[in-house]
Amino acid sequence: MNDIIEALESSVRAACAKHAAEATWNAPLWTALEEIGVTTLAVLEDRGGSGGDVATAVAVLETLGEHAAAVPVAETALLAGWLLATAGAPVPAGPLTAAVADRLELTPGADDVHVTGTVPRVPWARCAEHLVLLAGEQVLLLRRDEVAVREGRNLAGEPRDDVVLDTTLPTDRVLEAVPGLATGLGRRAALARSALIAGAARRALELSITYAGEREQFGRPIGRFQAVQQHLATMAGEVLLAKVAVEAAAVALDQGSGDEVAVAAAKTVASQAAGVVATLAHQIHGALGYTEEHPLRLSSTRLWAWRDEAGNEAAWSASLGGTVLAAGPDELWPLVTGGTR
Amino acid sequence: MDLWNLRPVTLPAELEGLRQEVRAFLDEELAAGRFSTHCDQWLGGWDAAFSRRLGERGWIGMAFPARYGGRAAGALARFVVTEELLAAGAPVAAHWIADRQSGPGLLRFGTEEQKQTYLPGIARGERFFAVGLSEPDTGSDLASVRTRATRVDAGWRISGTKVWTSGAHLAHTLVVLARTAPLADGDRHAGLGQFIIDLPHPAVHIRPIRLLTGEHHFNEVVLDDVLVADDRVLGEPGDGWHQVTSELAMERSGPERILSTFPLLAAAVPSLGPGGASALGGTVARLWALRQLSLAVAGRLEAGVAPAVEAAAVKDLGTRFESTVIDLVRTLVRVEPDPGATDEVTRMLAESVLHSPGFTLRGGTNEILRGVVARELGVR
Ligand SMILES: Cc1cc2nc3c(=O)[nH]c(=O)nc-3n(C[C@H](O)[C@H](O)[C@H](O)COP(=O)(O)OP(=O)(O)OC[C@H]3O[C@@H](n4cnc5c(N)ncnc54)[C@H](O)[C@@H]3O)c2cc1C
Repeated sequence: MNDIIEALESSVRAACAKHAAEATWNAPLWTALEEIGVTTLAVLEDRGGSGGDVATAVAVLETLGEHAAAVPVAETALLAGWLLATAGAPVPAGPLTAAVADRLELTPGADDVHVTGTVPRVPWARCAEHLVLLAGEQVLLLRRDEVAVREGRNLAGEPRDDVVLDTTLPTDRVLEAVPGLATGLGRRAALARSALIAGAARRALELSITYAGEREQFGRPIGRFQAVQQHLATMAGEVLLAKVAVEAAAVALDQGSGDEVAVAAAKTVASQAAGVVATLAHQIHGALGYTEEHPLRLSSTRLWAWRDEAGNEAAWSASLGGTVLAAGPDELWPLVTGGTR
Repeated sequence: MDLWNLRPVTLPAELEGLRQEVRAFLDEELAAGRFSTHCDQWLGGWDAAFSRRLGERGWIGMAFPARYGGRAAGALARFVVTEELLAAGAPVAAHWIADRQSGPGLLRFGTEEQKQTYLPGIARGERFFAVGLSEPDTGSDLASVRTRATRVDAGWRISGTKVWTSGAHLAHTLVVLARTAPLADGDRHAGLGQFIIDLPHPAVHIRPIRLLTGEHHFNEVVLDDVLVADDRVLGEPGDGWHQVTSELAMERSGPERILSTFPLLAAAVPSLGPGGASALGGTVARLWALRQLSLAVAGRLEAGVAPAVEAAAVKDLGTRFESTVIDLVRTLVRVEPDPGATDEVTRMLAESVLHSPGFTLRGGTNEILRGVVARELGVR
């Protein structure tokens, strides 16, 4: 298993290096990733996906996060692809996105459904070929040309667009949702962002290590100063913790056991790590890292954006705390160890 | 960098059975009133009878081969047993050092005769160890030890003073780090050796150094020309640095670096109330993640890799976490801590606060640990 993951990681890394263009939407990289077969990872093969598990998808997302890759792989594979496959529908080719749309109005006609309303801040909406919306009990599949998009962005400039609907869908693109889909989607979105954070945090750390070895003050590299060394070690601890937590949560999701606690914990520590790592990376880089010219920005702005997307550490902590309080003191330890008493 | 190859570990199913066995045993012990739950019990909970009962069940020295009284279990099995004991706040201090450090050290570096002499007693939970590294002028800078080992006929004469020696007043055997050759200019780590001394010993003088609570936990140990025969040298006389640092790698990443205050956290859950959900959840999230990290390091140990840097990172993060539990309970439960209280939360809060300075000191301070990590990152 680890061999497969490592092989995929290195192909993805090579693709990212080759198509390093910084853009809002990196189409050549998307094509390369499609060829490697990672854009529909963890989506069942008989639904048009490339199979594999969430753990593998998460490893790929870590690599993409490291490279600040402007492609909606998380949305396509872990969210939209999964929603469609779970609803029993085939997964169309091309980039997809997904969102919970709980304020849409659905008016059933004879053999179609009219949909109106707005879905705020849909990731990558303008670049997606199809959009998958979870509207209460229904999963809607829309073509990009069936919706209007009001462009928005997150702190890193990634598309977070409002999607405006006033369209009529044939019933074969209005699917019945299985129960619990919203919960599942929320967990997957949080896990995906956590994986991206783990990757971006690692890049911010690596940039900081390099810079600390190169920048000289007082006649020596700043990395010789113990205060800087302690910052770097603190960052490394946070990055390692986030990485292992995210990967362990992916395994929990694959096994379908303990994922309620695991994902809440992973997003909490990943969002915390994002803050600590971005702060210390900028501190180490001095004024240079605060410029548009310096690549640290690509990681730090993503860390700041992603820590608040799909639920920040406060939201997931509150949810986990609620789970623990409801279970009671005797169940705390079994919850932590992932089994049951 | 090797650090980033660390992957999470899924425990094999059979260890779930072991976990349930340990839980059932602990429930039974608690119900029979044979121990009561406290915080930081791997430091403070010395109970020889409890250790013996664990030994009877095969839960000490688990990694030893059967011929030395063990069950050749791996690091993951030991992880499961120890985390269950710690989470329950069980009194494990008596055998802790023997099980975690001295036993594995003997297994790795000891002679056949030493293994036969010491390991079965450790596994039965009957032979307890103390470790003499620190000295009045030697703390973080361990290579600076001044205790001298001088060559004599068929052995060594040891003289010097050790401090902070946990459990030396109760242990059956003491392992001492000493200089076998004068500090050389080039290599500070050469010329150190470890020596095995059975206690009590007429030339070993042990006096209590009381913790700020008044507890007698650690000691000053004066070695007044102690004669140690050649067969009680551990491994090669010049190899002490290597031995000690490889033991420290094992010592640093275990669940005891995360769970010292867990019994307080569990006991406080009913008192936190809905307003505490978020803070509680944040603490549990961190605990869950840290346990995964510690488990991943145990996975490396199981695979025969010495994960010194990862272990340093776990200990830095984990020991800082232990004190955040105190602040969670303090700020949400709002009781005045009292070590004599009958209420569990009030009592364990007091125990945790009073033991907290030790969390980030023992086994290498957090500043030193971050230095170990920084070196791996290539900036030192
Ligand atoms: C509860 C407890 C039990 C113990 N049990 C044992 C035992 O059984 N056997 C044993 O041998 N020892 C034992 N110790 C001792 C323990 O190993 C030492 O406390 C530890 O190694 C630190 O040494 P020190 O206390 O002398 O502090 P020092 O080394 O003097 O450090 C004091 C402060 O200076 C900082 N510092 C020192 N050097 C550096 C540096 N290079 N860079 C940055 N900061 C630095 C430290 O981080 C610390 O904050 C025990 C300690 C405790 C608290």
